[in-house]
Amino acid sequence: MNISIVNGHLIDPANGIDEPLDLHIQGQQIVAVGPAPDGFVADETIDATDRIVCPGLVDIAAALREPGAAAKGTLASETRAAARGGITTVVCTPDTDPAIDTPAVVELIHRTARKLRRARILTAGALTQGLAGQQLSNAAALKGAGCVALSNTRRPLANTLVERRALEYAATFGMTVILCPEDRHLRAGGCAHEGAVATRLGLPGIPSAAETVAVARDLALAEHTGARIHFHALSCAGSARMLREAQAAKLAVSADVAAHQLHLTEMDVEDFDANCHLIPPLRTLADRDALRQAVADGTIAAICSDHQPHEPDAKEAPFPETEPGISGLKTLLALTLRLVDEGVLPLSEAIARVTCGPSNLLDLPYGRLSIGAAADICIFDPRSHWTLKAREMASEGHNTPFDGWEFSGAVTHTLFNGRLVYQQDPS
Amino acid sequence: MVSTQQHNIQLNEQGRLRHFLTIEGLKRDLLTRILDTAESFAALPGRPVRKVPTLRGRIITNLFFENSTRTRTTFELAAKRLSADVLNFNVSTSATSKGETLLDTLRNIEAMHSEMFVVRHNQSGAAHFIARHAAPGVSVINAGDGRHAHPTQAMLDMFTIRKHKGDFTPLRVAIVGDVLHSRVARSQILALNTLGVTEVRVVGPRTLIPTDARALGVHVHHDIESGLRDVDVVIMLRLQKERMAGALLPSEEEYFRLYGLTNERLAVARPDAIVMHPGPMNRGVEMDSEVADGPRSVILQQVSYGIAVRMAVMSMCMQTHADSGESA
Repeated sequence: MNISIVNGHLIDPANGIDEPLDLHIQGQQIVAVGPAPDGFVADETIDATDRIVCPGLVDIAAALREPGAAAKGTLASETRAAARGGITTVVCTPDTDPAIDTPAVVELIHRTARKLRRARILTAGALTQGLAGQQLSNAAALKGAGCVALSNTRRPLANTLVERRALEYAATFGMTVILCPEDRHLRAGGCAHEGAVATRLGLPGIPSAAETVAVARDLALAEHTGARIHFHALSCAGSARMLREAQAAKLAVSADVAAHQLHLTEMDVEDFDANCHLIPPLRTLADRDALRQAVADGTIAAICSDHQPHEPDAKEAPFPETEPGISGLKTLLALTLRLVDEGVLPLSEAIARVTCGPSNLLDLPYGRLSIGAAADICIFDPRSHWTLKAREMASEGHNTPFDGWEFSGAVTHTLFNGRLVYQQDPS
Repeated sequence: MVSTQQHNIQLNEQGRLRHFLTIEGLKRDLLTRILDTAESFAALPGRPVRKVPTLRGRIITNLFFENSTRTRTTFELAAKRLSADVLNFNVSTSATSKGETLLDTLRNIEAMHSEMFVVRHNQSGAAHFIARHAAPGVSVINAGDGRHAHPTQAMLDMFTIRKHKGDFTPLRVAIVGDVLHSRVARSQILALNTLGVTEVRVVGPRTLIPTDARALGVHVHHDIESGLRDVDVVIMLRLQKERMAGALLPSEEEYFRLYGLTNERLAVARPDAIVMHPGPMNRGVEMDSEVADGPRSVILQQVSYGIAVRMAVMSMCMQTHADSGESA
């Protein structure tokens, strides 16, 4: 099918485009930007007047829960949520059950996702078998099956020697290792940032050092092994500073930040709101501002959803006993656009952080509107205002602290591989 | 906005007490009213607290997810002095590590027409959680949640201080020991500051003083001598044995040598300073027996005042519901 998207304002940071241009799709590919190719006849025309047309979003870390935790989410429910959020490529974290540590699990996920045809589901393979942190996974086989990176999620590695070997082995096959920097001893069973709010509420604290100690260790090992590492979900100023220094020293290291970390702080835990129970925890205003700065100057090249959908019961308990995480696919674009409204970075840069930014980190060809690229498109109306209703989210998980927040920039269309997978109800 | 909600959950629209979860967000006149009400219930010297018919026919449930015979007993006695019927539920936390079970427990007991829950739980925020989920006519009283709050203990300590000192405003108070893990200390600090004392100090090694303690409204001292200088009230906190295993302290001996309360150390405090301890006390660890049993110790009085203060809080919460026409 041929589709033309006309009268919109095209933003494609990967190609430096930020101007009113039409876009034409043939089959699964983008075939022209600007005037239609000779002889091109559109079967369908999408009028994008007053809208922004940008690449479909690339989310570098989302827990999709299938296989193993259908009450929290399935590929069907979470890809529907992705489409509604303008997200067309999702890297699924390996903490499924069973973990993504064999080609069979990779294949199961890819096959299910291909049938659903709502978003491209890529997989990060487990760094160790069963994510148990002891024995290396079959990285070459996982790469062969299509894994785009390796990660042990937030599960600890047995020791620094295992980490060293895992980095070396991954580097053998040129695989990026995604690390969630955390010293589990310093975390010490904490559930909120160790600071004024946790002190007042008597919540066991997680010091910033639980992250910075791990970042320092991981950077030293990255330098020693020459492995390509990527930090997932940084939460504190010290981590951003070390990352900036490491990049200045030409180390192959990158990072992402969860969209909510750029907006919420420890103060939001005030009410024992279990929806603000996150790991890493919400930290101080100074941390939030340092993360924003790192996103603005490109030190942190990707903003992710860190999507962790939960069933209602997971959040129905005293705060420390609830399961951490936010169902974040719906708000990834909205929270990123909010950074533009708040003057953190210009719109095209903001879009880069959720499209070509994450895509480039994993050497993926997505998140761009190049001729011949997959026709993954997000169209949104930057002036329309909408209110988040947690209960109406397509994700199986309705756990969000943003319920009732008003956002600007509603997604009106999402196209994945040249196919319309979401269209906003015109009413 | 969020914090306003938190402060209001325990008050009704007229600012009266519906639940008693934390001292935070309560105004001075309300704390004073609790103390005055407790005064009306308090025992005459040498005589037990009198029994009143205030809560006749009402059902109060002690819902204890953490063992504490002492606290449970004083709540039970307080309820009985108010002529209420008392149900005791001791629920092992391992059986209710899932929230659904906790809520199920709550619903089951509500179905027995209990109008008040006295809750103790090892997790901070548990009492707020239960209050949020309780039926409209049900009051929740926090009998200690994790490290967060133990407001009735704090109020009985305030009652004890008022008995001995009268006015709060000129007082300097030192709280010594494991502030980090202490829900009692957190509630005491809030109550003392709300009642307008001159100064609250916390005294202990860095490992036992929480991060950003100053945000609680206290001065931090690591040296006990400077910490006790010129204070009117000394509150010693209990030291748990686990603190040694957790690498927070090297030994009880060194702790006592540095922070244990002795008569010599007490000499730098005001001559009429009183010594308190929320109990149970480790003699020779937090304080010398000489001090504990000495003339400045008011530790045993604290225990007896506990019943009157809990009667006050229970009757005030129940009265709020009765006046607003809510019933369980």
